[in-house]
Amino acid sequence: MQASSSDLPILFACVDIRRGPTVLLRNLSCAISAGAPTVLIGPNGAGKSTLLRAAMGLIAPTSGGITWGGRKAPSPTGRAIVFQRPVMLRRSCAGNLTYALAAAGVVGADRKSRLAELLQIVGLEAVANRPARQLSGGEQQRLALARALARNPKVLFLDEPTASLDPNATKTIEDIVRAVSERGVKVVMATHDLGEARRLAGEILLLHRGELIESCPVQKFFADPLTDAAKRFIAGELLL
Amino acid sequence: MGAESASALHLLFTGDPALFAIVRLSIAVSLSATLLAALLGAPLGALVGLTHFRGREVAIVALNAMMGLPPVMVGLVCYLALSRSGPLGAWGLLFTPKAMVIAQTILVTPIIAAITRQTVEDLWLEYREELAAMNVGPMWRVATLLWDGRFSLTTAFLAGYGRAAAEVGSIIIVGGNIEGFTRTITTAMALETSKGNLPLAIGLGVVLLLIVVSVSTLAWGMRRVGERFAG
Repeated sequence: MQASSSDLPILFACVDIRRGPTVLLRNLSCAISAGAPTVLIGPNGAGKSTLLRAAMGLIAPTSGGITWGGRKAPSPTGRAIVFQRPVMLRRSCAGNLTYALAAAGVVGADRKSRLAELLQIVGLEAVANRPARQLSGGEQQRLALARALARNPKVLFLDEPTASLDPNATKTIEDIVRAVSERGVKVVMATHDLGEARRLAGEILLLHRGELIESCPVQKFFADPLTDAAKRFIAGELLL
Repeated sequence: MGAESASALHLLFTGDPALFAIVRLSIAVSLSATLLAALLGAPLGALVGLTHFRGREVAIVALNAMMGLPPVMVGLVCYLALSRSGPLGAWGLLFTPKAMVIAQTILVTPIIAAITRQTVEDLWLEYREELAAMNVGPMWRVATLLWDGRFSLTTAFLAGYGRAAAEVGSIIIVGGNIEGFTRTITTAMALETSKGNLPLAIGLGVVLLLIVVSVSTLAWGMRRVGERFAG
């Protein structure tokens, strides 16, 4: 999982995304560059998941443009996403990973060794043969993470990967994310949890009602936020 | 009725050759038709479920409506097509078990296609983003959805088999109910009842029920085991 900047930087230029009358992202411009994790924060409906899906290339902007490493279309590989509620395929834990490896074009003996490696990274060796849908919430998140890593991504998008997990499961996921980031994978993560943002982020993007309110390094964001909205959000006030 | 039931059970437990020849043919015809219908109906259902084309809604309504095709109507159409002067008359299939398989395949295919379409469409809503994120191609998506929907599709297969095993209208027209050649459980039951041979008719009815219950139990067991080990 060596870093490569083929899809980086991901540049959003005046991006609007609408679904019918609803504006999901409004005139959003930002750059996602190689380096420490970028963490998206903001209340529900702020546009975090939409931004992740757009950066992944799953939804197109209504107006404005997105470029990946200077190209208008993303490369078919090199990016992976873990959704907030990942769908487990109806097969075993190992079966899910084998499927993801096959989809990523990993063949033959490589597939077997990568499967063992991925199970070890996320600590699921003991439940490899259990049906994926019978795993606990934390185990399913780890499996989804392993499935994303099967693509050997250079950029990894995580949509609230620790939502509704207990502290132990959250720590396990955060440790994996940290380890993946240290191996050179660009992590872009959405979260509600300011503590998690503080623990993991290199850079913070604060979104509210589809607009980018503030974008800066994590220390500066928490020590000296520029906007009133950011100050209120950090203070735990509700952004309505 | 008590005497007839006792005679029926006697026929069953003594392994009456005539009875068992009829049972064997019935199982062979209905299973062949259901397998063929699954081969045709599952991909057809998946195609309708996953693609968007002009008239798709009409196709779905038509598919659902065809689940209730009248067997005698299908039998009549097949008869006209397979008779000497029909477009497929040269095949010489009329009044053979193959003609019966064709008629039942036509009856069962819409059932399997309609249930497959619904299953695949529901599963696709759930899987769409995940498969798109994994860059899975269209054919592989279909295979994935069919495989992951296999337990629900078992129900489609069962419904199809139930329809084939229980119908009499189409196969009596295209098969002709020829003794020792195209006589099945349902056609024999119709004949024996009209002749007043109630013990054999009841015996055949019991066997038919046993077959349908056995197939359902087997499928249910497979589904339970599969769900336990595959999730």
